[in-house]
Amino acid sequence: MNVLIYLLPMALGLGLLGLLAFTWSLRSGQYEDMEGAAVRVLSDDDLDRRVERNMKDMAPR
Amino acid sequence: MSVDASVARLPSLAPTSVRSGGEPARVEAVQDFSLFVRENESGQAEMAFAIEGIDCAACIDEIEDAVEALPGIAQARLNYTSHRLTVAWKKDASAEPGAILRALAGAGYKAYPFEADRAEEMDRTTARHLLRCLGVAGFAMMNIMLLSVSVWSGNVTDITPETRDLFHWLSALIALPAAAYAGQPFFQSAIRALKARSLNMDVPITLGVMLALGVSVFETLNHAEHAYFDSAVMLLFFLLTGRYLDHAMRRRTRAEASNLAALKATSASRLAPDGSLVTVPAAAITPGDMVLVRAGERVPVDGVVVSGTASVDESLITGETLPRALAAGAPIHAGSLVHDGVLHVRTTAAGEDTFIEEIERLLDKAATARGSYVRLADRAARLYAPMVHATALLSLVGWLVAGASVHQAVLIAVAVLIITCPCALALAVPAVQVVAAGTLMRAGVLLNSGDVFERLALVDTVAFDKTGTLTVPEMMLDNARSVDPDLIDIAARLAAGSTHPLARAIAVARPGAVPPEELSEIAGAGVEGELHGIPVRLGSPDFCGCMDLAEAAAAPDASLVAVRAGERRAVLVIRQSLRPDARAVIDQLRRWGKDVIILSGDRPAAVARVAGELGVEDWRGHAMPADKIAVLEQFGAQGRRVLMVGDGVNDAPSLAAASVSISPITAADITRAHADAVFLGERLAPVAAMIAVSARARALMQQNLIIAVVYNLIAVPLAIGGYVTPLVAALAMSGSSVIVTLNALRARSCRVSTADSREAPSP
Repeated sequence: MNVLIYLLPMALGLGLLGLLAFTWSLRSGQYEDMEGAAVRVLSDDDLDRRVERNMKDMAPR
Repeated sequence: MSVDASVARLPSLAPTSVRSGGEPARVEAVQDFSLFVRENESGQAEMAFAIEGIDCAACIDEIEDAVEALPGIAQARLNYTSHRLTVAWKKDASAEPGAILRALAGAGYKAYPFEADRAEEMDRTTARHLLRCLGVAGFAMMNIMLLSVSVWSGNVTDITPETRDLFHWLSALIALPAAAYAGQPFFQSAIRALKARSLNMDVPITLGVMLALGVSVFETLNHAEHAYFDSAVMLLFFLLTGRYLDHAMRRRTRAEASNLAALKATSASRLAPDGSLVTVPAAAITPGDMVLVRAGERVPVDGVVVSGTASVDESLITGETLPRALAAGAPIHAGSLVHDGVLHVRTTAAGEDTFIEEIERLLDKAATARGSYVRLADRAARLYAPMVHATALLSLVGWLVAGASVHQAVLIAVAVLIITCPCALALAVPAVQVVAAGTLMRAGVLLNSGDVFERLALVDTVAFDKTGTLTVPEMMLDNARSVDPDLIDIAARLAAGSTHPLARAIAVARPGAVPPEELSEIAGAGVEGELHGIPVRLGSPDFCGCMDLAEAAAAPDASLVAVRAGERRAVLVIRQSLRPDARAVIDQLRRWGKDVIILSGDRPAAVARVAGELGVEDWRGHAMPADKIAVLEQFGAQGRRVLMVGDGVNDAPSLAAASVSISPITAADITRAHADAVFLGERLAPVAAMIAVSARARALMQQNLIIAVVYNLIAVPLAIGGYVTPLVAALAMSGSSVIVTLNALRARSCRVSTADSREAPSP
């Protein structure tokens, strides 16, 4: 059962990471426009000048 | 400075860009939208627009590119869900909303300045808070379940008590703070209810969660086999899901409603004391301001005519279809359409105050008269909460009497509380509402209130207003078939050069008609010009020498316009024609067993014609707002539930008094505000669609409530018998919630249309 000593913190840590990722996505406004996010992924003219903005706004890295 | 002087100076002073082509007489004034510009977090000027006409993903790029191509724009971001565009200007650039409106018009989109109201801002904060609570509960649920499953499988194999205690303590470590945070919406609401000495659904929820957590800590201290941390958190998760769905739907309808408000918001031409003319949003007008209203425009405010004469169409206010002549000193109401002439109006009430006293008084009365409808979920909750508490208490006492230990009895009572907590019940109604609202939105109906489905499903009588509801609000050429097409061509070309609303009705009969080069407008009579060397005239029958024809064609609800080309002449009958599918929809309603009646403020002769055409036997003409309410009250006394469909200001009180109300998008502001739903487009079909979807939605809600009850009938005896372990509780709760949600999804597949299937699909 010694395996629990690192297994448990790891499991909880991963869960916590998920929670943090969720709060971050919430704070950065990714739930404001659900339908828009679904269709924006299809537009491909964002390769040049919009890269910077999109990285800031929506694309999770 | 006298008003007359300012009129005289107007053309020279108005800061101007005369539109090339079209009517040289119309001058575009400076537009002032400073009311809507605000500062964002990074100090840039920012403004929001509601955009009309977005229907595909490509629109996003088109709109954003069109705006970002303008100089001085830092960012333009379109929200595809709410159809709103937020534009931020660079810090050193000056904000020019007018340029953006023009750029968007160039790209083919209509944009309207938009201001988010405070209620919507608060909604947004609440939605975020709920979502964060949901996230925390979800995280806690998953991690505790990880530990719980280990314990459950360990209990039947070889887990050591020490490891189990460790797992329980870890669960407590996660569950207690998570519940304290994620439970806030319920705790607060329960405390509010208790303070008001009443019970709501949140009281048993709060009690259940608290007891489950308390008992679990106690059990853990005593090295017991079972702890209910997972149940408590899972309960919160499912309940929060229901609450979030409920909130999301109300938020979405509110966002739609304020988009509509922006789309409908009128601009006003304000006359400054120095005689200059500035176009401002109607919201920026204050009482006392002078406003200029020209032919073809709607009056943006309530006021008194200071100078000028005009004939004014007040059908949006009174339902009366024939125009009325106004002169200086006459009161005028927002929403009136000026047919000809120019009016200077001194504002007496502006913005949201534009009320007509009589209507306001009736509205107050109607609001109190409206039968209070208790929502299904609330009715269920009122029954439910006391029952849950009584059952838990009885099983506690019962087991004590039967000789169980206090410990055992308390454990069982808590299990009863947990298992009866209304997970499925909390999801039963909101899940259906969300899905049904989506179905209706696709059918062109926007909802103002969430419980409209339940009320609409019970309706047995449908009362229609005539003007603007059964008929389309715009005037249309009615006798096109019986008039020489060549004369209509000529009439349309002449009409294209005039701003008179009747002329517009003729012009739309031949889209793309080009006005002749030589055209002069004779005030109060018509227009005159020359085509192919023949003198042509369009205007009043007298002006065209058609009095004999006019007398033959006279009808109580129609306006007559005569056209003359040389010796050929004709009288054109212009009236508000019926919505194209009005007959089909009314027949459909009758097939469903609803009584259909017409309540109109127009003259009986005009109403009779429409009623005859639609085959409606029960109709009232010349009904004042008070009369309409009286009719509705009479129906109410007979125990009938009435759906009122209306658009005029005079309908607002009866919309508020009816048990459900719908208005078309073209309705007056105050009327839309009192309607439970608004439908788009020229067809009446959405009204039938609403009734069909509502009937389906109510059936599904009831099914869901029954599912929740059946679940309890099975689970509660198990709990009282002491067989509910945390594993059983988890399975039962998630199982019933999933079933209810899946059942709600069936509202999606509801067949919506009645007449639509036969008609060409709308774009």
